[in-house]
Amino acid sequence: MTDLAAPRLSARHLARQRRLASYRRTWRAFRRHRSGVAGLAILLVFVLVALAAPLLASSDGLDVTLANGPVLGAPSSHYWLGTDDNGRSVLTLLIWGSRISLLVGLSATVISMVIGTLMGLVSGYFGGWIGRITFRVTEWMLVIPFLPLAIGLATVLGPGLFNIIIVIGVTSWPSTALLIRSQTLSIKERAYVERAEAIGGGRWHQMGRHVLPNVMPMVFANTTLTVAGAILTETTLSFLGLGDPTRTSWGSMLDSAYQVGAITTGSWWFVIPPGICVVLVVLAFTLIGQALEEVLNPRLRARR
Amino acid sequence: MSLVADPGLVADSEEPGARSRGRGYGSYVVAKVLGSVGSLLFMLLVNFFLFRVLPGNAAQTLGRGRLNTPAQVAAFNKAYGLNHSVLDQFWIFLKSTAHGDLGLSVKYRLPVSQLIVDRLWPTLLLVGVSTILSTLIGVYLGIRGAWNRGSVFDKVSTGTSLTLYAMPEWWLGLMLIAGLGVGFAFVPGLFPTGGLHSPDIVDTNSVHGILDTIWHLTLPVITLTLAYLAEYSLIMRSSLLDELGEDYLQTARAKGLRDVVVRNRHAVRNALLPTTTVIALNIGFVVSGAITIETVFSIPGLGQLSTEAISTPDFAVLQGTFLVASAGVIGANLIANLIYGWLDPRVRT
Amino acid sequence: MSDASLLAIRDLHVTYATGDGPLPAVRGVDLTVERGQIVGVAGESGCGKSTLASTILRLQPSNATVSGTVLFDGRDVLTMRWGELRAVRWAGASIVFQGALHSLNPVHRIGDQISEPLRIHNPSLADRASRQRVGELLDQVGLDPQRARSYPHQLSGGQKQRVMIAMALACDPELVVADEPTTALDVMVQAQVLNVLSTLVRERGVGMMMISHDLSVLADLCDRITVMYAGRVVEEGPARRIFVEPLHPYSAALSAAFPRVGDPAARFAPSGLPGDPPQPWLLPGGCTFAPRCPRAAEVCLPAEPPLTSYGEERSAACVRIGEPDAPSVEPASGHVS
Repeated sequence: MTDLAAPRLSARHLARQRRLASYRRTWRAFRRHRSGVAGLAILLVFVLVALAAPLLASSDGLDVTLANGPVLGAPSSHYWLGTDDNGRSVLTLLIWGSRISLLVGLSATVISMVIGTLMGLVSGYFGGWIGRITFRVTEWMLVIPFLPLAIGLATVLGPGLFNIIIVIGVTSWPSTALLIRSQTLSIKERAYVERAEAIGGGRWHQMGRHVLPNVMPMVFANTTLTVAGAILTETTLSFLGLGDPTRTSWGSMLDSAYQVGAITTGSWWFVIPPGICVVLVVLAFTLIGQALEEVLNPRLRARR
Repeated sequence: MSLVADPGLVADSEEPGARSRGRGYGSYVVAKVLGSVGSLLFMLLVNFFLFRVLPGNAAQTLGRGRLNTPAQVAAFNKAYGLNHSVLDQFWIFLKSTAHGDLGLSVKYRLPVSQLIVDRLWPTLLLVGVSTILSTLIGVYLGIRGAWNRGSVFDKVSTGTSLTLYAMPEWWLGLMLIAGLGVGFAFVPGLFPTGGLHSPDIVDTNSVHGILDTIWHLTLPVITLTLAYLAEYSLIMRSSLLDELGEDYLQTARAKGLRDVVVRNRHAVRNALLPTTTVIALNIGFVVSGAITIETVFSIPGLGQLSTEAISTPDFAVLQGTFLVASAGVIGANLIANLIYGWLDPRVRT
Repeated sequence: MSDASLLAIRDLHVTYATGDGPLPAVRGVDLTVERGQIVGVAGESGCGKSTLASTILRLQPSNATVSGTVLFDGRDVLTMRWGELRAVRWAGASIVFQGALHSLNPVHRIGDQISEPLRIHNPSLADRASRQRVGELLDQVGLDPQRARSYPHQLSGGQKQRVMIAMALACDPELVVADEPTTALDVMVQAQVLNVLSTLVRERGVGMMMISHDLSVLADLCDRITVMYAGRVVEEGPARRIFVEPLHPYSAALSAAFPRVGDPAARFAPSGLPGDPPQPWLLPGGCTFAPRCPRAAEVCLPAEPPLTSYGEERSAACVRIGEPDAPSVEPASGHVS
């Protein structure tokens, strides 16, 4: 790839520089997507709120036994977004809920990405029965409807923060795997992988050194879309009562709002804010993901 | 380069690679059907492991603490065939599933298969109507948006679709219930907040009863239609945008075709093909929508059946609904693939 | 028919609006095609050839601004009404597009695609008549009429290009524009396709504008050649003369880029120019070719040289023509892309 006479270190250095330059190019192209930048801005706000939660609202506000507000009280100067059925401030719940929603979304995505990338690389890179089996399993997983599977798994495992992360992670990887597979297939055809093979690079060496770095940008773009899906799923599972009962997330807030009849009593402050937070965060991740996809691969379509 | 070639030489000097590439629709169908059978078996395996093996102690999970003495556990294990090897158990599971025996609901004390049959129609009605409406509207919005890319219509339609897509569909349902069902401020509730029939309806098959059912289904159908059409319009838009970059559209324009003809005969027709496959891949989300919307609107369908089973938990019901939903998705997926293969000559010939 | 030239392009400018600002693709081109004449347009990729071709039928993308005139049979294509324009498209002038691989709709039978313009321009045409016409056309380009029922993916690259040619001739146009009709094909097939195209055009006496980066091909097929560089015409004249004794250093380089068959010396001749054509948004001042020109001198830098007549229907845009050292290309590395 580079001058043969040059020392090995400098070749690696060159490659790193080239990669850095390409990241910078990607960032410049990304900045032109107004919707992507808007998504990034929204996301930053939520991340800051989640990180600064203890500064914004005391965690005591989550404790049912310490709550002393009115039951389902309307917004007031003291409770800006009203109170829930236990007399806790909805705003406090919202701020602390952002932590759980983001945490679950991101952690589940990490699991999903690891499984998906591994399955995709293996099914794309290896021919023969290993490649075929992994590809088939991916395809089969893809047609199993996601929510019934997640409900079944969550019910069997029982409620809990860690369990819900596992459930979302192990049910959402197939689309990532398919994407990585098609990317791997096209990269495999490129000349330099062949050359690496010709000079005796082992398969795992080639995959780690040549294929993986090249699929990483697409993995990254797909990650943001997967986070959006994972947060939506967390909300839905929590709403169905499968979330961690000891922690507050936006989904569990909506669950209790529904259970205590906030809809019919017109307690809109308990129903609308968590929903809007979910929509904004999911929208932010989706916009970022779409912009990234367009930057990295203009022909790729955006899909769930 | 010399161009003094004899015109007689202008015969086929190349191999028309098509013969080797074209597999024919027959083998395509066989491959797709075999793939679906594979999916079905895989799904049964997942189903079996999920509910029988993964919990570790099936007697504990399925019996839900009602089995206290060792004798009871032994009897339970025998009844469920749990004293056999895992492989034998799977075989028994396959056999009973094939016979339509999906076990007994703990909660209702009824066979799961009977519960499913009873609850099937509301779900099919809700999902069917919403799917048809959302496909038509979504595809239309996608076409208009892509064709006038960057126009106000496109921006509004894409923005709305993205927002709907980012929204949990059941939350949208809650909003509609609050707004149009319960009513707010001076607006009275226009639609029922849930259920399938009014309590005072005696005969649900009379004209009055049917109208009452339609009235009850309006809000859930609107909710699901909005939720699905977001996806369809985004897919249609992006696949039409993909087609719009293709050279053959320039050819069609150069031929003197009107823009409308270029769009409908060439671009849209071709863009529908990838849309079909992506929609097929995403049929699973139709099921998700049905589950949550039925729960929110208290519609006695399969979705509500499975969410009600969560709190008990009624594993046999969860297992049964999972099975039916998966089989439905696999079937719908197969149909979509067969339609795609039939529409696309690159597959058919 | 009128007395006007079949195609007369005058002072054509095409500028694309892009995210990086205006991008001038064609800058003041004049070009004439008479009936029965084959005119070649030569130049490297990015010199504005394809933009020129699409502008003839007003097919330029919507972000392009066009000025000047494109007179087809005396009528200005750029200002005519849509109905009139649609009538000119294909029935008056047709295009054989670059890369036929993608220029055919993959999901329609090729017979339907060939008959589509027939039906548009003659709605009363009966099914049988149109089928028969399609058969004739396929036969003329050396394809089995049975092929009408095939889909594009069932044909080879050369066969698809021939389908494009049959399609272009379907409505008996007066002008055929061939935009790099053979780029994607291998050499043997290229020769066949070009042969079919030129034979049919000659037989019917229609005018043709043929676009290529390959000056040797154009020299063999065309009556006249226009050489373009960075959106402008740099040389215009009789085809063989431009190929054999080019005036402009750029034409000389193009001529030398392709070895002449039967000329052993040509194999050792310098085969390219240093560097790439200038980016359209970063045009150098003065003669745009100067940075790559082996003969560039001080005199080239102040202004872009105008197209000047050099007798015998020849013209070129270079201020160094006629100066002591004959136009020749210095040995250089690199390739014309």
